[in-house]
Amino acid sequence: MKRYAAHTALDDVSLDIPKGRIFGLLGPNGAGKTSLIRIINQITAPDEGEVRFGGEHLQPKHISRIGYLPEERGLYRKMKVGEQLLYLAQLKGLTSREATDRLKRWFIKFDIKDWWGKNVEDLSKGMQQKCQFIATIVHEPELIILDEPFSGFDPINANLLKDEILELKAKGSTIIFSTHRMESVEELCDHIALINRSKVVLDGEKKAIKNQFKDNSFTLEYTGATPILPGGYEVLNALEIDPGLGRMHVRIGEGGSVNGLITSLLGQVELRSFQENIPSFNEIFIKTVGGVVDADFSSRS
Amino acid sequence: MNKILLIIQREYLVRVKKRSFLLTTLLTPLLITAIYAVPALLFLNGNETKSIQVLDETGTFRQKLKSDKEYAYTFVNGPVETAKKALLTSKAAALVYIPRDIVQRPDGLQLFAPKTVSIGVQNDVERVVQEEVRNQRLANAGIDVKVVEDNRVKVSARTYSLSAEGEKASSSGVATILGYAIAFILYMTVFLSGSQVMNGVIEEKSSRIIEVIISSVKPMQLLLGKIIGVGLVGLTQFVLWILLTMLISSGVTSLLSSKFESKAKTEASVGARVTDAQQVQAQLEAQNPITKVNEALANLPLGKLLVCFLFYYLSGYLLYSSLFAAVGSAVETPAEAQQLLFPVTIPLILSIAIISFVINEPDSKVAFWASIIPFTAPVNMMARLPFGVENWQLALSMALMVLGFLGTTWLAARIYRVGILMYGKKVTFKELSKWVFYRG
Repeated sequence: MKRYAAHTALDDVSLDIPKGRIFGLLGPNGAGKTSLIRIINQITAPDEGEVRFGGEHLQPKHISRIGYLPEERGLYRKMKVGEQLLYLAQLKGLTSREATDRLKRWFIKFDIKDWWGKNVEDLSKGMQQKCQFIATIVHEPELIILDEPFSGFDPINANLLKDEILELKAKGSTIIFSTHRMESVEELCDHIALINRSKVVLDGEKKAIKNQFKDNSFTLEYTGATPILPGGYEVLNALEIDPGLGRMHVRIGEGGSVNGLITSLLGQVELRSFQENIPSFNEIFIKTVGGVVDADFSSRS
Repeated sequence: MNKILLIIQREYLVRVKKRSFLLTTLLTPLLITAIYAVPALLFLNGNETKSIQVLDETGTFRQKLKSDKEYAYTFVNGPVETAKKALLTSKAAALVYIPRDIVQRPDGLQLFAPKTVSIGVQNDVERVVQEEVRNQRLANAGIDVKVVEDNRVKVSARTYSLSAEGEKASSSGVATILGYAIAFILYMTVFLSGSQVMNGVIEEKSSRIIEVIISSVKPMQLLLGKIIGVGLVGLTQFVLWILLTMLISSGVTSLLSSKFESKAKTEASVGARVTDAQQVQAQLEAQNPITKVNEALANLPLGKLLVCFLFYYLSGYLLYSSLFAAVGSAVETPAEAQQLLFPVTIPLILSIAIISFVINEPDSKVAFWASIIPFTAPVNMMARLPFGVENWQLALSMALMVLGFLGTTWLAARIYRVGILMYGKKVTFKELSKWVFYRG
């Protein structure tokens, strides 16, 4: 529980973040994501409740095992890149030698060796983001918290970053990933939680959540006249997308089944494709968050 | 603890490596030396010889106005209108007109110059004419000029500070200058270092690196590290200033000192009627201001002054810089900081505003309170110290100073930890006072 003067930022939020997975933390602006992340980073303390880190009560000593890339990020502009990363790594508890060795490896890996002696203000924004990412993970944290990590990256560097994130996961790191970009959630996350208006409204494995939002509807394409379906199947819409080629959305209701639908279609049309409608996270997000907004509006009127 | 050291190290190195640090460190001692050396040098060397024309209707001044290194007197003939015209075509700097009845009407003396008459010329001519007129009037009254001359005594008090250990030569002039100098240095360094702390905080906030850093260290550690780091920069600069100034000025002083002596000797041998060799020597020493200053300085408790200076510098710096940091944490640009800075700088400016009063009356009530209240104590206690301050007052002032900076640091830390994460909010004093009582 975290309260500020005027409002409650987090209300009875309880989340289990599974080890070694990528955990997507979603929610509209102002939902309380940053408040939660700041509590995990011990930047602020909760007014009630506690955070456990690998079974232990979260303490200052855990700081060196957490890496944090905030959404609003920056570097000292007038400092050399190498010196600066060395400083940040040492603040996370690395010795000067360890930090130098590891940083050099990262600089080689990212092919940015000649940036070491440059001033930060001479780097482009994307270059700075890269440095910042290195600073986040150079101390090899067990828990990595990335808040909108892809903002400011071009597609090539975004892919590079994505690969790094997956590699970190493969090495056993747990990653909390907060973003508004649903396509990267689809791609990367194993587990998601959606926070809206200070409360957790969705929490679970990606697959389970998708299943939860399935409406048992299917899309099929066919050639031939519009088929007529028996009871138990609701046609949501049907249209001719090309001459002779029709597309139909069907929801399977009570008494219907996938096989039954296919059987009844086979006699009438030639099936070109048949596919279950699995909702995207974009839809799930809008449905969940938007739904609450609607409910709120109607209750007010 | 280790992390605080890291922060101190960074804050220190970043600033010391700047080119501006190197420049101010080197230029300030030069400037300080120049401030006293240049006028002294000008005084010693004088300017090139000025030629001055004299129209003397009495004919008695030919012996009195003697040409020397500064002025070459040439005597011209009247009438005055012709002489004035001649002056414009000549290269002479001025024309002195001494009318026939100068003894009766001393205000008849006139000076003409193509430009404005320089004050030096005017003073010299007036002095000589005045003396001659006086001598003649004395002679007319039947008084022996020699008697008057022998009885012209100059009284100059030697001042001593009396204490249980004995008496020491003192100089209120030296104490005054030293008081001003130390107080101003203190004021400047506290002000400059305080602003540096504030700008450092603003830099971290506006570049948004703050959140990365406080996910690694506690805000209090960052604040302390910054304050100590910047403080050490100020101290480094100060020590370098002292060393360099001593180095440069000791060279210049010995040069000036020898020149003063030779100048004094020539002057003494030219005009003096003093025959006693011992008296000459005493006069020489009295005339040489540098000997005088050195003597007075040697008798001041310099060790105590230095210790007190360090104490008041550090405590005053801690007191103000933490407040500067609190202001910095509440804003995003230095421009925004101006109005919030007002209550912080007011006591600092006030303490320098009352300083001349404190120095003129170092034992007055105002001086006492100004040197006791922590906000004005650093500057004003340092201004009073060269005049001597009772130990209990010093102890009280120091104790309050410690309480004062502990208090402001506590207050500033409360504001700071909230402020650094606050963006896009116009901060008022009401808002700031709320932050002080936030939990967590």
